[in-house]
Amino acid sequence: MISVQELDFNQQVEYDRLKSTTKIGAIVTFTGLVRDINEGQQVSDLTLEHYPGMTEKCLQDIVEQAQQRWNIIDFSVIHRVGQLAISDQIVFVGIASQHRGDAFAACEFIMDFLKKQAPFWKKETMANGETKWVDAREHDQHALNKWQS
Amino acid sequence: MIKVLFFAKLSEQLGVRELQVDAENAEDTKQLFAYLLNHKAEWAPILTSQPCLKAVNQAMVVNDVALKDGDEVAYFPPVTGG
Repeated sequence: MISVQELDFNQQVEYDRLKSTTKIGAIVTFTGLVRDINEGQQVSDLTLEHYPGMTEKCLQDIVEQAQQRWNIIDFSVIHRVGQLAISDQIVFVGIASQHRGDAFAACEFIMDFLKKQAPFWKKETMANGETKWVDAREHDQHALNKWQS
Repeated sequence: MIKVLFFAKLSEQLGVRELQVDAENAEDTKQLFAYLLNHKAEWAPILTSQPCLKAVNQAMVVNDVALKDGDEVAYFPPVTGG
């Protein structure tokens, strides 16, 4: 399942959905949260904008690439948009597989490509009230390069 | 018409989220971009002073591609989700 939504998500609900068949031997999940400090500055909240339509297509494409490389029995990719507070959940990737190796790799692959390709943009509001669009990080490109081989 | 969309910081700086451009002014993405640079005096420095990605019909493209009436072209800064 892929979902781009304003509403929060419940990890237990996602986990229970992922373990719905007896073939599954491993579930790996990743959750991204809103941090209180970014680049040394105190953040008070975050707004996430996205490109409706393209976002869902892009996430679908990333999941399909992962499915070609690893055994994925079921998956859940959720990304929130709109206004978020410190410690709020932003993103969830859950992979159910027969074995842990595939689940770990697919989960990391999907997160790496999501960060570099999916059309989301973060805007932070600082403690002093100023707003700032978050700059893309060089590190995210390096994370992607490791999957090229 | 070509539907042109801007997102995030770029749309804030340009002061517009969506624009319709006559297909005659946008035979390909190169011509469309040149048209946008001249659309308003303040647009050229905004569009050329920062990394600007583009998507045609909701798929990211790196090189310039041909456009046809009804296409959707989006411009946006490097993405920062996750």
